[in-house]
Amino acid sequence: MSRQDVLVTAEWAEKNLGTDGIVFLEVDEDTTAYDGGHLPGAVRVNWTTELQDPVRRDIVDSARFAALLSTKGVGNDDTVVLYGGNNNWFAAYAYWQFKLYGHADVKLLDGGRKKWELDGRTLTTDATERPTVTYTAKDADLSIRAFRDEVIAAIDTKNLVDVRSPDEFSGKILAPAHLPQEQSQRPGHIPSAINIPWSKAANEDGTFKSDEDLAKLYGDAGLEEGRATIAYCRIGERSSHTWVVLHELLGHADVKNYDGSWTEYGSLIGVPIELGSGR
Amino acid sequence: MCAAPDQAVALPPNTDLNRETVLTGRVLAGGQPVGGAFVRLLDGTGEFTAEVVASASGDFRFFAAPGTWTLRALSRAGNGETVLNAQAPGLHTTEVMVA
Repeated sequence: MSRQDVLVTAEWAEKNLGTDGIVFLEVDEDTTAYDGGHLPGAVRVNWTTELQDPVRRDIVDSARFAALLSTKGVGNDDTVVLYGGNNNWFAAYAYWQFKLYGHADVKLLDGGRKKWELDGRTLTTDATERPTVTYTAKDADLSIRAFRDEVIAAIDTKNLVDVRSPDEFSGKILAPAHLPQEQSQRPGHIPSAINIPWSKAANEDGTFKSDEDLAKLYGDAGLEEGRATIAYCRIGERSSHTWVVLHELLGHADVKNYDGSWTEYGSLIGVPIELGSGR
Repeated sequence: MCAAPDQAVALPPNTDLNRETVLTGRVLAGGQPVGGAFVRLLDGTGEFTAEVVASASGDFRFFAAPGTWTLRALSRAGNGETVLNAQAPGLHTTEVMVA
């Protein structure tokens, strides 16, 4: 993979709105953002109700993912361009799921909604209609998804990258600062994890930093490139952003997203937890 | 809906201001509210902590911790920032001018 395979610019996106074979999908943390205006022709994906299992705590399985894309009118041969608010957190989470279920051509709009809005580009409230198609999803590619036992086994063995803010990492707060802080699980981080906040990989306008800056960022923070890596955050969406950086932009071979993340790990009985700013 | 939500007032009903450090404010340009600005919360070292989109009335809110915070706003009307000292739990209010 390289940057050109993974990211599209706002200029490119604007020129390709309405092009056959290119589908724009908006995925936001605030699931009402789409209603206030979206890219012309873009289709909304709701991360809470459409990318997660409605009953179990899990992402949708392959069959549900296929049914979702069929309903949204996304074909297996379509180029999918994902974008969203909050610096593409949830668009990156969706990107990771598209890769997990083997979609051939998926990209992220660099900078997401923020760059698009700051550029003053067109948003519309017009409804998007796409005819239903038949989408076929592959089995989940578990080489990019980590589960809890694997994470515990990775302590002191693999690169564990905690991409939350320094205060969440140290245990000072339990959730990002735009969310209420009352939660039941223990604060802290997985022992041996290094703290490289996702935000360090992004510019102020939400675009990703250059490959050179990104390579230096993770190298300086102590990420060993030859070692396998597991990224985590609170619920797996910010770590998807970092997964995109490490696996897709920098091309590291073995990088997994632990989507259970701190809300799972910090609630497990008996697992080791480290407090403070790290080793 | 008869008015834009005023985030500065509408705290979640179970917010405990004896325990939580809530930072609220409004983004202004030439004295007028700037709706839809991107407001970034930076900690005492300048490290990014969180980001929200201001409401139509320019209001924003963060749940943080005691400390010195920088609030930086990006908008079509320009960018700007202000420092807020929130040394204890409670409600802390500020304004961010963009130009």
